[in-house]
Order: sequence, then C-alpha cells, then structure tokens
Amino acid sequence: MTAPTPPRAALGLLSGGLDSMLAVRLLQEQGLRVECVHFYTGFCIQAHTGATRNPEPGAPPPRHDALHAAQLLGIKLHMLDISAEYVRIVTAPKHGYGSHLNPCLDCKIFMVTQAWALKEQLGFDFLFTGEVLGQRPMSQRRENLPHIEREAGVEGWLLRPLCATRLKPTEPEKRGWVDRTRLMGFSGRGRKPQMALARQFGLRDYPSPAGGCCFLTDGNYSRKLQDLWQFRGERTYTMEDIVLLKAGRHLRPTPRFKLIVGRDETENFFLSGFREGRWALQAVSVPGPLVLVEGHPDEADLTLACRLTARFGQGRDTPQVAVAIQGNGRQETRLVAPLPPDEIPPAWYV
Amino acid sequence: MSTPTVEPTPDLTLDVRRLLCPLPILRAEAAIGHMSPGAILAVWATDPGLVRDLPAWCVVNGHHFLGIKSLGRELIGWVAKG
Repeated sequence: MTAPTPPRAALGLLSGGLDSMLAVRLLQEQGLRVECVHFYTGFCIQAHTGATRNPEPGAPPPRHDALHAAQLLGIKLHMLDISAEYVRIVTAPKHGYGSHLNPCLDCKIFMVTQAWALKEQLGFDFLFTGEVLGQRPMSQRRENLPHIEREAGVEGWLLRPLCATRLKPTEPEKRGWVDRTRLMGFSGRGRKPQMALARQFGLRDYPSPAGGCCFLTDGNYSRKLQDLWQFRGERTYTMEDIVLLKAGRHLRPTPRFKLIVGRDETENFFLSGFREGRWALQAVSVPGPLVLVEGHPDEADLTLACRLTARFGQGRDTPQVAVAIQGNGRQETRLVAPLPPDEIPPAWYV
Repeated sequence: MSTPTVEPTPDLTLDVRRLLCPLPILRAEAAIGHMSPGAILAVWATDPGLVRDLPAWCVVNGHHFLGIKSLGRELIGWVAKG
C-alpha cells in the first residue's frame, strides 16, 4: 500500500481585496494546499488613514485587510516588510509611472520575484495571484502579464485563477495539478462576475472594490512626494517621510520650509510623535492644531508659521494668539495675528 | 475589546507605539520568532487597529490571544506563542 500523495501547494499574493480572496478559494476548492504572502511597502492606504484621524462615531477600529482575509479563508499568511528595498522601485522605476507616482509594473515584477524566492524557500509548487486581465491599466494589460512573468523569471509558473482560461495554460495546469476547466475567464474592470462568485463561495466580508490600496495611485499623495523630492533636491525618502505625507494639511509658503498641520485631535497626537528634528508649533491660549515645520525656516518664516498655526486654530478670529514654538533646542512663545484667509495663496497648499 | 480579568505577566514587552498598521504586527511577528512556545509577548501600541489585528494574527499563526486593554490612547495586548 502506498501513502496518499500530499496535495500540491500553491503560494499566492494576497492583497486582502476580493480578487485575491477568490483566487485562494478557487484553488482551495480543487484541494490544493494554499498559503499566501502579503507585502508591506510603506504605501498601504486603508489601515493608515483609519489610524491617524478621529474615528467616525460608531465606526469599528481599522483593520488590516489581508490579515482578516487570511483568517476568513483559513490560511497562513506570510507578512513581509519590503519597504527598504522598495525605495528603488518608487524612485527609479524601469518601466515608468502610471498616472501618478505609481510604478505598478515594476512593483508587480518586484513582488512576484520576492514571492518566488519565498516559494522556493518554503517548498511550494507554484505561485498565483488574483489578477484579472484588463482590470488595471498598467500591470494587468494583456501584453504586460507575460512580461511580468518573464522579467520575474517565473514563466509558466504563475497561475492567475480568475482569468486563466483567457491565457496560455501554465505548468500547474499542464501537469494536471490544477483543473483548468474549473478556473475563470474574467476580464475588464467590471466587478459583477467576482461578486457573483463571492456569493457562491459565501464570502461577504470583503473590502469595497472601489478603494485603492496604494497611496502612490493617489494624486494628492503623489504631489506631496514630488514636492518632497523637488525641495530636498534628491529622489529618495525615509519611512518617516512617507508616513508624514499621509497625515495633515501640507503647506509650503517658501522653498525653505513646509508646514504639516494636524486636522483633528487624533492626528495632532499622531504628529506629536514626529517632533524630533522639526519645529513644533501650537497655540497656547486657545485650542488649535499641532503644526510641524520641516526645513530651514528663518526668523520671519517662523513668525509666518506661527500666524498660520493661529489661523488654523480656534483663535482665528481674534486679534492675537500666543503660539508656543519648540525645536532646535529652544522654546519660546510668540504673540501673533492669525493670518487672514486671503493671505494664504492656494499655491501654498501642497 | 476583550480585557483580561488578570493581566498576564509578559516575558517580553514590545513597544510599537507610534507605528502604524501593519508595523505593530510585523514587529510582533519578528519578536515572537525568538520566543519559546507558551512564552507571553505584550504588544504596547497606539494604532487602534491592534484591537482587531492582534486576535486575527493569532488565529492565522496559531498563537493564543490573551486579551487587550486600553490605556487612553495606548493599547496593550497579550499573546502566548503557539
């Protein structure tokens, strides 16, 4: 008597969105052993935004979608921090950017390469993703899908269960590990087939398909990153830089300095953890935002920053507001007139 | 929030205050890798996502979630390594 053959094992890239969840389910339905990997790049949208602002009344705390998807699907999730290596993908993408600073093609190639290395390390048989042909303008175009595989060195070993029947058969299909007739042929930006399949699988708790998952696809965020590079004179960033670009209003009155203005109590608290190496300004006598000043402001700039700090606080309609300044080893309070709104040019807003 | 009736005594306390999701979990994963099964890790954070993420991470990785407690804007959660 021979021992039963263990099921083939597939390692997937799990974003936590509906498509990657469905890809997992399609393979689980065929009896494969499935685990997933989720990459942290530093630019993830959902949980960060939820954690730095005041919560909506009655809203549940933010959550990490991939982690909760893994829990729902009953799979192990390998969470990998690739943020340090990811800097070169963002600052010098070989294939260029999408409509903002999103290097989607380079990003996908990089992630598939990283996932392949993990697959080899853990002894899985092949890789899969939840990609849908033509759903995204850059990384999911028909001509780009084989290119991703070639450049990542995984040709024939990356299965896309949601659109497999529209693509050339992969090795797992050719070898009979996966039944191609039970895979899907989804294409385009519509979500109805995915939602119907989710109902069929009993999946109800998944993130809204409309929400993006990467700050680099966001025009406002990309503008702030571009501003950072321009005024720093080099295309690079630290983790602290990219976290701070996600919080507060950003104003750049002169090339010498930038203000980051907290928009609510939670954001003020969040920003307060980033005082080191910056000036921190806050009204003393009336409630108002915490304002961080980055760069090399001169004395006149600091006074202007105080006037802006007063402008965004509850003393905005009073003749004078006392603003505390801390930074660069000194501490003082300046009495300033809040800057009138018509003296804040729209161009100051980054 | 499932506050434990008796606070566990941690073998290691991880300070991940100011870090945003998923870094508290990533740091916890790195820390627990060096601990023995049954050892208790305390995760001290400010990201409110910890309330949902820590129990989910425990389920996904086979650890035992022992509870979480709010301390104003800070949270402390306890996990026994599985």
